[in-house]
Amino acid sequence: MQNYRKLTIESVRQGLLEGRFSARELAQEALRTCEAGNGDSGVFLSFTPGRALAAADRVDARIAAGRDIGPLGGVPLAVKDVIMTEGERTTCASRALENFVAPYSATAVERVEEAGAVIVGKTNCDEFAMGSSNENSAFFPVRNPADPERVPGGSSGGSAAAVAGGCTPISLGSDTGGSIRQPASFCGAVGIMPTYGRVSRYGLVAFASSLDHIGPFSRTVRDSATLLRTIAGADPFDSTAANASVPDYAADLSADVAGLKIGIPPEYFADGLDPAVGERIEAGIGRLERLGCRTRKISLPHTRYAIASYYLICTAEASSNLARYDGVRYSKRSESSGTLSDMYRNSRAESFGPEVTRRIILGTYVLSAGYYDAYYRKAQEVRALIARDFSEAFAEVDAIITPVSPFPAFKLGEKTSDPLQMYLSDIYTITGSLAGIAGMSVPCGRSPEGLPVGMQILTNHFREQTMLNLGHAFELDGGFEG
Amino acid sequence: MKITEEEVHRIARLANLRLTAEDTARYARDLEEILDYVDQLGELDTSGVEPMAQVLHEGNAAPLRPDDPGRSFEQATALRCAPLSGAGHFKVPRVIER
Repeated sequence: MQNYRKLTIESVRQGLLEGRFSARELAQEALRTCEAGNGDSGVFLSFTPGRALAAADRVDARIAAGRDIGPLGGVPLAVKDVIMTEGERTTCASRALENFVAPYSATAVERVEEAGAVIVGKTNCDEFAMGSSNENSAFFPVRNPADPERVPGGSSGGSAAAVAGGCTPISLGSDTGGSIRQPASFCGAVGIMPTYGRVSRYGLVAFASSLDHIGPFSRTVRDSATLLRTIAGADPFDSTAANASVPDYAADLSADVAGLKIGIPPEYFADGLDPAVGERIEAGIGRLERLGCRTRKISLPHTRYAIASYYLICTAEASSNLARYDGVRYSKRSESSGTLSDMYRNSRAESFGPEVTRRIILGTYVLSAGYYDAYYRKAQEVRALIARDFSEAFAEVDAIITPVSPFPAFKLGEKTSDPLQMYLSDIYTITGSLAGIAGMSVPCGRSPEGLPVGMQILTNHFREQTMLNLGHAFELDGGFEG
Repeated sequence: MKITEEEVHRIARLANLRLTAEDTARYARDLEEILDYVDQLGELDTSGVEPMAQVLHEGNAAPLRPDDPGRSFEQATALRCAPLSGAGHFKVPRVIER
């Protein structure tokens, strides 16, 4: 199939409706492409050929019957392996769930399949979505399609690499502190963290519930708009999923961004930012100015406290969420378990890798008697200050532009020895996560070594349309190439 | 703040984790480094600031739905995921001696 690696939702639709290929042929090509390179790339943890071909056949039957194929009809899609897919393995890249077959599907998965998407496989990630490089997968690392010596970012590294590396036109990931936006920037894809509550978390294996999001990856902003609309909206199974109506983001997409007010926070361009990345973002801001956006400096004064606040809150929530892996109901049980208490401890010791263990220990510590107020409560108070920074900024501007990561993709093994240094690299994405606002990474040219650089567009709660319009205008103007 | 290996042991017990001696020493170091870093939050005066436990949007207080009973999982479906089950129950090592 010509140009398989560059397909979009729209070009799949055209090809199917014009009869240039069938959904089954496309699904077979997708499976071939994804499986062929996986030994080297490590993008997928499992493939779902039966599910894919059945979904494709349903699309072909609809075409034959002259019926609508749905907004994602026949489009190959990869799903991060922390998102449940009924009847398929869902491992969270952890030994704890190595053999776990999901008994139900996430709401987002049900919605994409109802919309006609063809799920071809489950993508690799950091164990339980904890990490910034995908090196915490219990099984094998993912390699960056732009340079196989480098990490794809994390934790949704597989989903980002699947889209950027030509495996599937779109994918689903999850973002808790930057886990969609940062790998999108490292690999050169579009990636969105929607407003907290925009997309149901039902069936997303919980890491930090007040921060977890499901969101899209794609090659074009339009495709992310289509995918986001499909998965968004209220859900009786997630009381934090918002009732706010879901716009038709793709239909309403407009490249007319003249007059939009854009805030540039100097706190995001300070020490620690790789000058080559800074240069790309400045160039991107210049492009938006030429498109008619009005830029101004704004201050987000509590930015430097975000990492500390985030890593206290997310580890506290994780220590509680991961208590469920007890070896009784669905997770790994140790073979050597004399007493019940031994069984718990041995099973969990054999289940969790070093980073997950570290976070459970930190989270348990900050929630333990005598430390709760000093750490957990304090972190939540600082979180409120960070959210207030944003609400004050959004009273004056429509969007905020920043880098996604202080540096482009780094080499495998380069940062694994120092957990704190790895945490610090999440500084530009974590703030938006804490505030619960919407954020997107769009490609913004390449570094001198040829590595993708991502530009972050942040908008206020439920202002995804403005964010998408800015990204769309930027893309049409050639901003992705820089 | 100094984090001792005994402290890490105490936390690991609370979290039902079993650590090797080598792990314990490593996590004590990591924990100390991270807690030293987060101590900077103490610079901020947060008196009077309401802690933010959840993202709540204007006009979108957690929606309540009617408390109508509905179908859930079949028992067999839930038990199929278990490492060991029998007679409609999850099986665990014996906890009560006869």
